[in-house]
Amino acid sequence: MRNQELESVVIRFSGDSGDGMQLTGSQFSNTSAVMGNDVSTFPDYPAEIRAPSGTIAGVSGFQVHIGASEILSPGDEVDMLIAMNPAALRANLHSLKRGGVIVVNVDAFTDRNIEKVGFEKNPLQDGSLDEYKLIQAQISSQTIESLKEIEIDSKSKERCKNFYALGMCYFFYGRSLEQTVKWVNSHFSKKPELVKANTLALRAGFNFAETLETVISTYTIPSAHLSPGTYRQINGNQGAAWGFAQAAQSANLTLFLGSYPITPATDILHELSKLKNFNVKTVQAEDEIAGICSSIGASIAGHLAITTSSGPGIALKTEAIGLAISYEIPLVIVNVQRGGPSTGLPTKTEQSDLYQAVFGRNGESPLIVLAASRPNDCFHMAYEASRLALKYMTPVILLTDGYIANGAEPWRIPNLNEQYDYIETRKLNIENIDTSKFNAFSRDETTLAKYWITPGMKGLEHRIGGLEKDITTGNISYDPVNHEKMCHLRQQKINNVANDIPDQVILGKETGKLLVLSWGGTYGAIQTAVRKMQRQEKSVSHIHLKYINPMPKNLATIISNFENVIIPELNLGQLKTIIDAKFHINSIGYHKVQGLPFKVSELEEEFSKYL
Amino acid sequence: MSENCMYTKKDFTSSQEVKWCPGCGDYAVLSSLQLALTKLNIKKEEVVCVSGIGCSSRFPYYMNTYGYHTIHGRAPAIATGIKVANPELQVWMITGDGDGLSIGGNHLIHILRRNVDLNIMLFNNQIYGLTKGQYSPTSTRGKVTKSSPYGSIDRSFNPCKLAIGAGGTFIARTLDTDPKHMIDLFSKSAGYKGSSFIEIFQNCVIFNNKTHDSYTNKLTREDHTIQLEDGMPMLFGKNKEKGLVFNNFKLEIININNEDDIKKVLIHDSSNEVLANMLIDLTIADDMPIAMGIIYKRDDIVYEEELINQIKHITEDKGIGNMNELLHSGETWTVS
Repeated sequence: MRNQELESVVIRFSGDSGDGMQLTGSQFSNTSAVMGNDVSTFPDYPAEIRAPSGTIAGVSGFQVHIGASEILSPGDEVDMLIAMNPAALRANLHSLKRGGVIVVNVDAFTDRNIEKVGFEKNPLQDGSLDEYKLIQAQISSQTIESLKEIEIDSKSKERCKNFYALGMCYFFYGRSLEQTVKWVNSHFSKKPELVKANTLALRAGFNFAETLETVISTYTIPSAHLSPGTYRQINGNQGAAWGFAQAAQSANLTLFLGSYPITPATDILHELSKLKNFNVKTVQAEDEIAGICSSIGASIAGHLAITTSSGPGIALKTEAIGLAISYEIPLVIVNVQRGGPSTGLPTKTEQSDLYQAVFGRNGESPLIVLAASRPNDCFHMAYEASRLALKYMTPVILLTDGYIANGAEPWRIPNLNEQYDYIETRKLNIENIDTSKFNAFSRDETTLAKYWITPGMKGLEHRIGGLEKDITTGNISYDPVNHEKMCHLRQQKINNVANDIPDQVILGKETGKLLVLSWGGTYGAIQTAVRKMQRQEKSVSHIHLKYINPMPKNLATIISNFENVIIPELNLGQLKTIIDAKFHINSIGYHKVQGLPFKVSELEEEFSKYL
Repeated sequence: MSENCMYTKKDFTSSQEVKWCPGCGDYAVLSSLQLALTKLNIKKEEVVCVSGIGCSSRFPYYMNTYGYHTIHGRAPAIATGIKVANPELQVWMITGDGDGLSIGGNHLIHILRRNVDLNIMLFNNQIYGLTKGQYSPTSTRGKVTKSSPYGSIDRSFNPCKLAIGAGGTFIARTLDTDPKHMIDLFSKSAGYKGSSFIEIFQNCVIFNNKTHDSYTNKLTREDHTIQLEDGMPMLFGKNKEKGLVFNNFKLEIININNEDDIKKVLIHDSSNEVLANMLIDLTIADDMPIAMGIIYKRDDIVYEEELINQIKHITEDKGIGNMNELLHSGETWTVS
């Protein structure tokens, strides 16, 4: 048997929706992370909960990218595909590297299943897979066979087949079984038979793979050199939820979430609903509008209020966002973007809601727009969104996307006392002030942020609405000049935020031929491509925008130092339009709207055209 | 009542000029709520008025309390957030037949289903006033308006029926021509824990004048309404000469000629939901009196109390959450 040392490897687990592929993939990635590799994962599951079994529509996949150095994306091409049935093979073959390994569950390759997905002949026999290394394993029947002593029904036995497949992969990549065995023991602690069954299936798969030594190489992926610290796996939705919880504590406020379930944002609601003992209040509202409106109510009454949704839900919330702008109250709106327009591609990723975030309201209605760059950035950006909302008394839109919301990677757990310990609010302390000197529209002079006056504060009773307000008293005003002043004031307040955000970091040299400018969840693939090209001495640098409105103040200078600017986006050029208009340049756009992330290879190819 | 809670009507009157049309029924409702509040043991800074959009939704501007004029139909959702954040506040939600039953119908049924502790005042003038006269969800079928020049073909809602159907726990009616009735009802509503739903028959003097006239004007209203009071026989008419009895599975009118007739008359029991449904259905179109006052009332679970109790119990059970522990929960590993 040959053992090869690899820099990184991409594995995709694929099967029917009910085959447990998400669990299998996350076990593999957790084990790898604990063993010291850097990891990035991406689940790819259908919008339908259980499409008919054996169909392409029902295929559920989980991709894991592990490596000996920093891993920034779940990877382009797959090195090893685990296909639990013909549908999984058919749906994923195109993403497999030429010469890659396919592990198939031959038991599922019945004539009927093969025909169901449109193969004319059995692909395992017709030579169509000759350019790959094919490993045929009787995963279903061998799993049942290995569990013959266990007293559970045969259907339950068959359901352990994902652990048999996992066991095989553990052997191929020299993984330890320890983490998964530990997990099985705690997960099924009340069902000892299932602990036994899953552990046996895992070992049976591992042992079977060992017998294949003449057929296949095994691989070693050395540990990655990561910064010292304690790490955990985190996905974007979980990170965002925890970031908000931390922000509320740092501001000494109660966190309130008003939300309505929508893919792919719902996990933030799930996560925060668990945190009752952190004094987090969640309301599952009757619709998207009530989600944001209950949050507006909670903000009025003094909580750190947030609402979470995806594009179609944000469309419904639009009028209420305008009200929050008009009220000048703190509010964070999270848009976990998915493919659009309309219902679009609920489980697929896209960056096409940027215009909606920046411009999508009636009237002159500026607000802060932030975008998280990767799963382990969501905690920080949720905290930042809360900090700015509370300090500037304004709604903030935080953009993430389905890709980083569900994708997971290791996260170095921050020292909360150092980095995330205090958030300033505008809440008045009525014990210490002369209330006669304040009214509903009193402001902090430097930032122009209004003070936060909440019901219950004696002597500061006031009325406020969505109608235009007098700039000094806050009372209704239809005065033309006052309206213009108010529009300028609301704009200036947002512009002032530029003084309170970090300078744009440039990844690479400060001048050169090509500047790659990106935002949001494309960071990993773009940074990987740029690093590869920088190693080849190419004149390319990268900036990744996380503050989209307002933008960092040094952006104009950076842009002016490059011959060309290319803006790759998973839309038809939304940031490009904004950048071109703002900086009077003619940047190059590179667009993809397939519901899929960028591949490193396609980016390299595109960037090379301008070098 | 402590000294600083002794308020006069003026304390609840804001400095903003009231801009309803002269003769609008809203003036009497505003004045009645201001007066009702002077009779309650509350702090002015803990009173919050929340409204949607429409003529009646300008109401909060005229109250010298905390007031939030929001967006069309959404007052129930915003009020829910306010109450969840601070259950100590006394919230008055002001809406109309368009705001509450058309664009905001969904939120109205859900605030009633959740039973948030607040007071809902639904001004029913059976017309869209602020947009200058279109038929509303409570306009009678055949109503000729600017948007229905040949008569509206829509069937109409009975607001109280919608409210009780949505699980409402306090359902009442009052009228803009009887301040005493309003003040009494608003006071009772304020003292009730849960969502109080109050339909107010309100006249739009410009676009739908006298739509409620026969059962709200002082001369004929006693003949066309029945004032419900718990434990009292259901008598009506200027001299209480008529009464309601239960016959053939429905309510019928009998004339009261002697003491024995009174004994046949139903006694009002606001906790009886079957009776409440029958009372809500009475219409003058069927020559029946319209039921006024508290039609239905029962105690039930209050949403924001449950939400806060759940937090309390889980915190007692698990201990106060620690963010650092949360971040380190599950599988972690150390890189040195």
